[in-house]
Amino acid sequence: MWKTILRRILIMIPEIIILSILVFLLAKAMPGDPFTGSINPKADPAQIHHLMKINGLYDPWYQQYWNWVVHLFHGNLGNSYQYQEPVTRLISGRAVNTLWLALFTTVLTYCFALPMGMYAAKHEGKLPDSIIRIYTYVTYCIPFFVILVIGIWIFGYVLGWFPTTGSVSSTANPGFPTIASRLYHILLPGILGALFGTVNIVQYLRSEVIDAKGSDYVRTARSKGVPEKDIYRHHIFRNSLLPIAAFAGYSITGLLNGSLFTETVFSYPGMGLLFINSISYRDYTVITALVLIYGILNLLGTLLSDIILSIVDPRIRIQ
Amino acid sequence: MESTSEFLNIKDVNTSFKIKGKYYDAISHINLEVHHDEILAIVGESGCGKSTLATTIMGLHDPAETKITGEIDFEGTNLLSLDEKGYNQFRGAKIGMIFQDPLSALNPLKRIEDQIQEVMDYHTNLTAEQKHDRVLELLKDVGIVNPKRTAHQFPHELSGGMRQRVIIAIAIACKPDLIIADEPTTALDVTIQAQILDVLRDIQKENHAGIILITHDLGVVAETADRVAVMYAGQIVELGSAEQIFNTPKHPYTRSLLRSMPQRDNENDDLYVIKGNVPSLQKMPHTGDRFAPRIPWVKSSSHETNPIMHEIESGHSVRCTCYKDFEFPDQGGQRA
Amino acid sequence: MSLIEINDLKVHYPIRSGFWNRITYSVKAVDGISFNIEAGETYGLVGESGSGKSTTGKSVVGLEKITSGSIMYKGKDITKKSNRKELDYNHDVQMIFQDSLSSLNPRKRIEDIIAEPLRNFEKLDANEEKLRVLQLLDIVGLDADALYKYPHQFSGGQRQRIGVARAVATNPKLIIADEPVSALDLSVQAQVLNFMKKIQREFGISYLFISHDLGVVRHMCNNIAIMNRGRLVEIGTRDDIYNHPLHIYTKRLLAAIPETNVNHRQEHREQRLEVEKIYQEQQDKYYDKDGKAYPLVQISPTHSVALPEDLVEKIKHEGEVKA
Repeated sequence: MWKTILRRILIMIPEIIILSILVFLLAKAMPGDPFTGSINPKADPAQIHHLMKINGLYDPWYQQYWNWVVHLFHGNLGNSYQYQEPVTRLISGRAVNTLWLALFTTVLTYCFALPMGMYAAKHEGKLPDSIIRIYTYVTYCIPFFVILVIGIWIFGYVLGWFPTTGSVSSTANPGFPTIASRLYHILLPGILGALFGTVNIVQYLRSEVIDAKGSDYVRTARSKGVPEKDIYRHHIFRNSLLPIAAFAGYSITGLLNGSLFTETVFSYPGMGLLFINSISYRDYTVITALVLIYGILNLLGTLLSDIILSIVDPRIRIQ
Repeated sequence: MESTSEFLNIKDVNTSFKIKGKYYDAISHINLEVHHDEILAIVGESGCGKSTLATTIMGLHDPAETKITGEIDFEGTNLLSLDEKGYNQFRGAKIGMIFQDPLSALNPLKRIEDQIQEVMDYHTNLTAEQKHDRVLELLKDVGIVNPKRTAHQFPHELSGGMRQRVIIAIAIACKPDLIIADEPTTALDVTIQAQILDVLRDIQKENHAGIILITHDLGVVAETADRVAVMYAGQIVELGSAEQIFNTPKHPYTRSLLRSMPQRDNENDDLYVIKGNVPSLQKMPHTGDRFAPRIPWVKSSSHETNPIMHEIESGHSVRCTCYKDFEFPDQGGQRA
Repeated sequence: MSLIEINDLKVHYPIRSGFWNRITYSVKAVDGISFNIEAGETYGLVGESGSGKSTTGKSVVGLEKITSGSIMYKGKDITKKSNRKELDYNHDVQMIFQDSLSSLNPRKRIEDIIAEPLRNFEKLDANEEKLRVLQLLDIVGLDADALYKYPHQFSGGQRQRIGVARAVATNPKLIIADEPVSALDLSVQAQVLNFMKKIQREFGISYLFISHDLGVVRHMCNNIAIMNRGRLVEIGTRDDIYNHPLHIYTKRLLAAIPETNVNHRQEHREQRLEVEKIYQEQQDKYYDKDGKAYPLVQISPTHSVALPEDLVEKIKHEGEVKA
């Protein structure tokens, strides 16, 4: 198994190289430059020209790419043009915020989704099932950012229960109050994200449970005289949860995508918001670094799912 | 020893399924008894209700979609009067069931040992150690060469024949009086089939159990059954000992089935084809002989309006009187 | 000349494993088999699951990538794609599958299903095509209103006959029938078997009849090959195989067929257990040290068996003594 994991990681290397070249080229292909308009609207074009030149932005792309890669191996992702600080420091500060939000959302998502999916399937065709299905359809139909905007409007502005911007209150004392403030800030985006994220899991789990209910091995269990309650516990739920467990790896990817919306709408200073801002400012160093990180996380998520699956399902063996 | 007495008595059992709000009979007016130490085969083609009869005895139907009437007297208890909890006292303990597809009938994520042990968890007071020993003993009984190894394996690691042996081990774990085997060898190769049937027979002899063997394979019936019930369109049309059914079959359906089998001496002839199709549930006629449409050349006056079972010799009964006038169209004049 | 000659056909599936994902060993699904199918005959290929019989069938139609060997048709090796094209091979050789429901496209009407091979191989106008489809439906005994129905609206036997109609649409020379009746009830099986015989008489079609059911094979086939672990263990006429089986595997298969004669079931059972005992005890006599069947040796003009030389000599000697 370790061999396979190692091989999978090695295969990721060329994938990451191709990804980085693509990202680098696409970022360069965007019209505009990092300096015009950002320093002084009346800046002398000659001066911008000079800035571009000393930053190496007129060099051929492969040379720029090569410089970038060399720096990368020194742990240096360059400086952000916009913030004038090292990209590594910039991103690591933001990553903590995103991690908080993502973890909270994941935990909430599974807390909502698992009972809902199992309950709906157990009472298939009855009222609770219909309500849960209507909920999933409606949520599925509404775009995520609309949910966010409606949520922020009702709970943030109208009711005023939750903060609508930022990640932590600047007046909070260090220690516990800071943590409490952090939680308070991620509560609303986390809940909204989880409500949206449950949809796929609920539907998937529901159909898994319904399949398992009608399966032959459940019939065998019935003919053994196993009470219905135990059939659900030992056979149906257990077997249906396996694919969901494996799904957890992929869900990392989904959360990162979601963070783009959530963080933008809530002005939450995480990687997603940083990404959107960097694009508008043509902050090449930040964009390439972020896309690369997202890409690697994606690949790792897939690998993680495969590993989980091979651990929980005896039929799948990684050799 | 109560070995000759019947312990299962099925009296006038009807099972109907709800299709689009209406109930349709899948089996109607079934009367059967099963004795200790016997293998009773139920034969018929798909759609004749033989599996429905098995699942009715096991109580595996969803009460919301099924209506069952009649009485199934099992050692003095009417199974049909039991609630779910009461039924679970019988399932697995006194009635064991063997299914057709041994791969899907086992939970893919549980080790063989756990799946066999589960049935003992609910019906015995054995300690964990005793159960473990019993699992190994059972696996040995059903002819598994290396019980220790198999107990630790998962279903997908076993061959089809091995899996069916495991299913049999589960069914007999609590020494049931009745074993229902629903097409136990259909999914297996002939050589494995023969071995599985041997195992079934040995186990039955040892436990004095009664076996209901449900199959469409007349060869399997002829080799293993003591008594045979032939079913057509939800009814039993002929019931008798294996010798009676195979040597002197009476009902047109039984005779037609036997004649449509490829035999040693009919290689160059066409096989006999029964006209028409088995009626679907919704189109099942309520009166008259259900087989009549498939032997249209037999005069309608030969059939009874409401065909009943007639005992023509000890232990041999036939539904309807049409058997007296029945002959195959190409055998004009000569009576079977 | 035979219609089809299969020479030393091998189909191996490589298994990759290890860090570099190299081919570490291969599963020998078909491991060197040879037989000929004559025009107008039904050739039976019998074996248990995993014997490689279906893989052989697929190789003959060209659905399987073969490892080595040749399949000669009209003097050309059709394992090469270019030869298949040149000979219009896919027009002449068709296939019937076991599972009639999954082998017919559920979203297509019967008309389109049967017309598909016609559209591929023959350029007919709409009227001619319809006429031909109706004619085919008539041959398989289905009404014209079947044209506009979908596969799920038919019973298993009817669907299997539709599969046959599709297979005979192009007037093929050879039909590969892979377990064509094993999913069917007795009475329906009789219908399909009769029908296959009928179109054989009318159109002179050859069948490669692949089955595990020795009763059905005896009824259908003139020549039979018994396949075991990817190799042939015995080839012969119906009489050779059923009345004078020589290989222990053939004997074991035959002994395992349930007899419908209730009066002799005890003797039959004892005989089966005896064969089984010999099979268990003397396996190494009938297979080489790798568990492979020996090469086929000819015993009579029609009968060959996979046995080592000394056993063959013994059998020949016994034959002479008897004669």
